[in-house]
Amino acid sequence: MSVFLKNPLAISGLIIILIILILALIAPFIVPYDPNFIDINSILLPPSLAHLMGTDGLGRDVFSRMLYGAQISLLVGFVAVGIATVIGVILGSLAGFYRGWVDSLIMRFVDIMLSIPTFFLILAVIAFLTPSIWNIMIVIGLTSWMGVTRLVRAEFFSLRQREFVLAAETMGSSHFSIIVKHLLPNSLTPIIVSSVLGIASAVLVESGLSFLGLGVQAPTASWGNILTDGKEYIQFAWWLSLFPGLAILITVLGYNLLGEGLRDVLDPKNKN
Amino acid sequence: MISYLIKRILWMIPMMIGISLISFFIMHLAPGDVTSSESSFNPRASEESRQKLRELYNLDKPVVIQYGLWLKRIVKLDFGNSFASHQKPVLWEQKDKSGNVTKGLIQESLPITLMINLIGIFIIFSISIVLGTISAVRQNTWVDRSITLFVFIGFAIPGFWLALLLMYWTGVSNQWLPISGLHSPGFQNLSSFGQFIDLLKHLVLPVSISSLSGLAGISLYVRNGMLDILHQDFITTARSKGLKEKKVVFIHALKNAILPLITIIGLSIPGLIGGSVIAESIFAIPGMGKLFYDSVLMRDFPVIMGILTIGSVLTLIGNLLADIGYAWADPRVRKGLVK
Amino acid sequence: MKKKSILFNFITLTFSLALLISCSKESSEVIDYSKKYTNSFGGTLVNAMAGEPSNLIAMVAGDSASSAIAGNIFNSLIKYDENLNYAPDLAESWKISNSQKTITFTLKKNLKWSDGAPLTSEDVLFTWKLITNPTTRTPYGSDYQLVKEASAPDALTFKITYASSYAPALDTWTALHILPKHILKDEDINKTFFSRKPTGSSYYKLDEWISGQQVVLKASNNSTSGPPSIEKLISRIIPDTSSQFLELTADNIDLMNINPIQYQRVFPARKDLQQKIALYKELGNGYTYLGFNLKKAPFNDIRVRQALNFAIDKDEVIKGVLLGLGESISSPYKPGTRWNNPNLSPYPYKPKKALELLSEAGFIKNKDGLLVKNGKPLKFEIITNQNKQREMTAVLIQRRLQEIGVEVSIRVIEWASFVNRFIKTGDFDVVVLGWGLSLDPDQFNIWHSSQQGPGQFNFLGYENKKVDKLLELGRKELNPQKREKIYHQFSKYLLEDSPIVYLYAGYGLSAVHKRVKGIKKPAPPAGIYHNNYNWFIPKPLRRNEILER
Repeated sequence: MSVFLKNPLAISGLIIILIILILALIAPFIVPYDPNFIDINSILLPPSLAHLMGTDGLGRDVFSRMLYGAQISLLVGFVAVGIATVIGVILGSLAGFYRGWVDSLIMRFVDIMLSIPTFFLILAVIAFLTPSIWNIMIVIGLTSWMGVTRLVRAEFFSLRQREFVLAAETMGSSHFSIIVKHLLPNSLTPIIVSSVLGIASAVLVESGLSFLGLGVQAPTASWGNILTDGKEYIQFAWWLSLFPGLAILITVLGYNLLGEGLRDVLDPKNKN
Repeated sequence: MISYLIKRILWMIPMMIGISLISFFIMHLAPGDVTSSESSFNPRASEESRQKLRELYNLDKPVVIQYGLWLKRIVKLDFGNSFASHQKPVLWEQKDKSGNVTKGLIQESLPITLMINLIGIFIIFSISIVLGTISAVRQNTWVDRSITLFVFIGFAIPGFWLALLLMYWTGVSNQWLPISGLHSPGFQNLSSFGQFIDLLKHLVLPVSISSLSGLAGISLYVRNGMLDILHQDFITTARSKGLKEKKVVFIHALKNAILPLITIIGLSIPGLIGGSVIAESIFAIPGMGKLFYDSVLMRDFPVIMGILTIGSVLTLIGNLLADIGYAWADPRVRKGLVK
Repeated sequence: MKKKSILFNFITLTFSLALLISCSKESSEVIDYSKKYTNSFGGTLVNAMAGEPSNLIAMVAGDSASSAIAGNIFNSLIKYDENLNYAPDLAESWKISNSQKTITFTLKKNLKWSDGAPLTSEDVLFTWKLITNPTTRTPYGSDYQLVKEASAPDALTFKITYASSYAPALDTWTALHILPKHILKDEDINKTFFSRKPTGSSYYKLDEWISGQQVVLKASNNSTSGPPSIEKLISRIIPDTSSQFLELTADNIDLMNINPIQYQRVFPARKDLQQKIALYKELGNGYTYLGFNLKKAPFNDIRVRQALNFAIDKDEVIKGVLLGLGESISSPYKPGTRWNNPNLSPYPYKPKKALELLSEAGFIKNKDGLLVKNGKPLKFEIITNQNKQREMTAVLIQRRLQEIGVEVSIRVIEWASFVNRFIKTGDFDVVVLGWGLSLDPDQFNIWHSSQQGPGQFNFLGYENKKVDKLLELGRKELNPQKREKIYHQFSKYLLEDSPIVYLYAGYGLSAVHKRVKGIKKPAPPAGIYHNNYNWFIPKPLRRNEILER
């Protein structure tokens, strides 16, 4: 713990994330305007006291939309990564524990999933199901579990031969309890680190999808779609680009710093 | 080892079929086909002709039959012609009876994407090795922290945002670089050297933007790898033997840290042909990413399947090479001590 | 030692790269664009296209990029002049027989293809045969198949006879690009390389087509219409509109279509842009509407439709979405043309009247303020495709309807899915869509009750026997005054029935570099592009290509 507190990366990452989390949670209480309140007499106003971050193409207050957008961005991140992690842990454990043909099968499945471009799957699914926040989260989740699988599998491989595992086996513990009680807890480091980093990546993916018109749809606000809306007048309505761009940057940075910080902290080798 | 290799290669065949099958069906899940273009809502265009077109492309047959027809052609390495771009061949050029050559879609866009990706990988690896090593050697100093921060910011910036900002700064406010495209008008009139420089100028921004995110990952990987190695016994031994620090770091440590990068190179192979749709749209670069995206939106099945097939072949080969590379690089595996 | 050299090399490389890159263009001195310049041949006009043409044979290609480029290369028999009257193109005159079923075109003399071969009525006949051939993969054949007999009795005469008088006929002949028989007679029109290397007869010929990047057209010496003033047209393929705008501001392209915000807010704020770029606006030939699924309750009730029409504030939509750059309409025709009925006016914004009509239809406000009938709330979904303006429009409509107690949700769907999963199947409540129409007033395909099949255009399910009759008559009546009356009446019925809510007819907005002269302002009825062959770039203002650096 003390190591954690001494690691500036982890600390700064954590602070950033906590600030954003808090803002997202208290959004409904501090928001100055209804984020969907259209005022066609206030279209594209620069930041002022009345509108801290200016207004967008329909006169909506950008600051309010940014606050609610924080909720969306974080939600997308958590749910998508949650799904990916659950799938990845299950498949990785099975592959790493049973090895043999189970491992072969699962790794071939991983290979197949890696061969089909993520973006293609996202596009096809969204085109079929029509874009909505939940569909986006599920699809991002369903297409990013492969890395976790590999990591868990690798950890299991190296832990498999350790004494405590062999001891548990001799004692006749069930496979399930060995996996859950002994192997997984010792594999947490890469899982945690990759989850944290995965949230960062999910936020970026959503903004990329918004650029293509497949992200969170109007009228719901997400940082990605505020940024995309303003891209054609990037020099004129700079506030539509600056604030969401910075927000994405800072959030992703925060998660990455935390993730790498955790990796440093939890890695026993880093004691100098 | 050999038997392992053979087993993996044999596995590739059912996997290819699996991938193509899954892709084919996913493609048909999305409603619509090539006749549903934007102009399909033109009141002067009739439905009968669209129906005729569908029959011509076998789009009215059951999906399983369409897949079978496609499979039959693919085995003969016939990738077919694009539905949307008026019969342009998907893969390689075709000559008609008068000798006119129509270039293939993949033939035109793949080299462009490859070029950008290869230059990108080269830049990523060279810069990352330098940054990662400096970081590791100066671990926990402000140098290490700033490099880490810098690299992280690079990863965290939304690509298209940075692209637009840079395009504005380098192309509009200061006219240093061209804004989009691959060639300037009048390109044909330049000398070879002039053409080379013109191309470089057009590539600066796209390559920088697409390399930026990779930089973070690889730099950290090198850093952590170096840290791992620098703490190992053989390094302490080398130091205690009185070898110069620089020699220790560069010759002994770096050599070992670079080995796992082979794995990464193997894993990057499939990425070589995947262009970024976003970067290619913004920079008006006719690469594989944009080709793929447009094909999906236009339901241009032959092109989609062509790109996916090539992509999966490369992925499978890349993964195989990566696994082999890892197994070979790890001397324990090579010596057969650990299975 | 090694570390230093790596660092050193790195720095040197970066420095040299920076040096290389800094071969900057010269900054432009202040140029006076308002001087009087004389017309002279030469110069290059650069524009941007979002998509690449697929095929320069317009009858086979489906996309607008292809027909835009092909329009510079090929001629039709006739075309529209600046006041939207028929004018000669390849045909110098035409006569309609007394039976009103036969049209005889007389071609101009000494017409040539760009390769020097003579252009005769044989080519016209050949083209007609091509487009009516069932093996030709064209979606546009049906209009030309109405011609029962076509012949070329001599080299300058082309004669066609319709089964019955067909009023839109002349309009269809403005759209058919005439193709060369001597080149295409043995080719398979669906596969021929001609689509990438065409030979035309108009102002320009294809000079160079770099796949994925640009299409270059050069003035043709044998142009049937005389030489254009601008020597070269370069169309650069730039998919992203923000990149296009950056290229415009950096002087790398000369013209592009802009959106209302750029027109109304960005340009006025930039003195530097105003100095070198001029803005133009013109009314297009299309409109955006809210369409009801007439086969679904409650939209089958005319009171509900009219009520919703009264509940939508169209001025607000025009102000909010188009920043005022559009017009409210009350008939499906371009304001200012004869087909537009001047006695009709749009439904005004009257939410109270809307509520009255809805209560007649059985919808009463419950305690939460929502309109309810028989326990079921008035609630529906608006779907539209991925189009920023349509999305914004839907959002504004949603708000106004929610104010009177109607619950509206919005869904934005990618185009191909939109058409196939929702429109074709009739599985929708309400759509926000647009029509881009031809200049002929015939709207049979959209509103006649026989056109409701899957894939046909009466997808809203409109059925009105009186309108059917008018549409049938309108197709046959060649006399413009009588035709006008028919379509005025048609518009009146359409407005009363309110199967759609007319939202707006938006302006087409263009930004053109001031070096391009000869553009008419204000735009004539046919738009600013109708005389683009007479635009010119004065010598002192021409762009320097890299060559001349």
